[in-house]
Amino acid sequence: MTVYYTKEHEWIRVEGDHATVGITDYAQGQLGDVVFVEVPAVGTAVTKGAEAAVVESVKAASDIYAPVSGQVTEGNQKLVDDPSLANSDPEGEGWFFKLLLSDNHELNELMSADQYRAFCEQQ
Amino acid sequence: MPETGLSEGDKLLPLDGWHRAHGGRMVSFAGYAMPVQYEGILAEHRWTRSAASLFDVSHMGQLILAGRDVTRALESLVPSDLRGLGEGKLAYSLLLNDEGGIIDDLILTRRGDHFYLVVNGATKAGDLDHLQHRLPMVVIDHMKEQALLALQGPRAAAVLSALVPDVAALGFMHGGAFRIGGTQAWISRSGYTGEDGFEISVPGAMAQEVAELLLSNPDVRPAGLGARDSLRLEAGLPLYGHDLDAQTSPIEAGLGFAISPRRRDEGGFPGFDRIRKELDLGPLVRRVGVAVDGRQPVREHALVVDRQGEEIGRVTSGGFSPSLEAPIAMAYVPAAFAAAGTPLQLSQRGKLFDARVVPMPFVPHRYHRKGTSR
Repeated sequence: MTVYYTKEHEWIRVEGDHATVGITDYAQGQLGDVVFVEVPAVGTAVTKGAEAAVVESVKAASDIYAPVSGQVTEGNQKLVDDPSLANSDPEGEGWFFKLLLSDNHELNELMSADQYRAFCEQQ
Repeated sequence: MPETGLSEGDKLLPLDGWHRAHGGRMVSFAGYAMPVQYEGILAEHRWTRSAASLFDVSHMGQLILAGRDVTRALESLVPSDLRGLGEGKLAYSLLLNDEGGIIDDLILTRRGDHFYLVVNGATKAGDLDHLQHRLPMVVIDHMKEQALLALQGPRAAAVLSALVPDVAALGFMHGGAFRIGGTQAWISRSGYTGEDGFEISVPGAMAQEVAELLLSNPDVRPAGLGARDSLRLEAGLPLYGHDLDAQTSPIEAGLGFAISPRRRDEGGFPGFDRIRKELDLGPLVRRVGVAVDGRQPVREHALVVDRQGEEIGRVTSGGFSPSLEAPIAMAYVPAAFAAAGTPLQLSQRGKLFDARVVPMPFVPHRYHRKGTSR
């Protein structure tokens, strides 16, 4: 199992061809209180870099971009019902959706935990 | 992810260091670096509704208007009955342009031989120009060194009267001169949250001492611009530059209460022809409260659309109501759609939302009106 990160402050936990996607603790801190989440339907084909989910805080709406391409296997209904999970447990219970990866090579373009930490420090 | 950072050239509030020391996240607003939140908007919002919050609103313009005939002069620019405004009494009023549009909304207070005005931060420079140009005989003092703090919430009166016992006697929209923390202060029972509360004008150099004194009470926590916005939205209070502008009339905006009975008859303020006509015939559009189905916030700039998808109106403020745990908004709609209960459709980023007109305020006001028991 490996966890990757994007410059858009998402994390991707990969096990074989399966990945789980969410927003990082840094992202939830920047967003503030999350009050609404929309996750993609099962079966949706998502493309790397394209909109895949929506997260709205009290302050603003943001799109969540698919960090890699693939087919959605599950959206987190628990998060839809209780969007505050994105704040309280962003890298655990507050995951957004799961994917079946279509191209594992896309993972090479993502950041490791160390690289992401350094990236955040520059923000 | 949104990055609401600071801009170069932001002016600093007297309490700038205090905000940062208390964990305030600073953003650009009205040309100032201001705290949007400390602990979090939802927590600050709920704390204001249940205890008391301290807001720094020193970005707002505080003006003194004085001179012979200042009452008559000021009445030429606003629709309030200033002749009838008693000593220490506040009036919500509007600076109007000649077309009956709103230049700014403001609070006027009669203080002895002069008026004390609190105007919006983003519009204060334009207001000053307007006042100086239109009232050449009036002496205007822009109190740039004065800070303004707002203590808001159901515990505000208990907190403040422990420090300044006499404020307990103030009714809603009354003010007076008091001493707090060793300094002279003008304190009024007023605010922008729908709660009971006070606005406290003190010299900027003393603001930190007064803020610390208030915050030393465990019922008080600091709150930022984010909570201020969600609180005023729930209270149905319009925000200039969003819900009010130079094209919108007070009648369209549902602010007819700011036009006093005498002035409705006499006129003598800018835009009277349009306003009188709208009072008689009704305006073409009205500001309404909107309850949105579902959970997703519908925000400013979303459209109100008819069944064919054509634009018939516009959302001017919108967000998630922490008290109602549901999305709410203010919108301008044609008068025929303004009755409570009217179903509306809103359009935002290509998505349609079912909504309906509801009365404002969304959350009842809890002002301390004299002669009412609480």
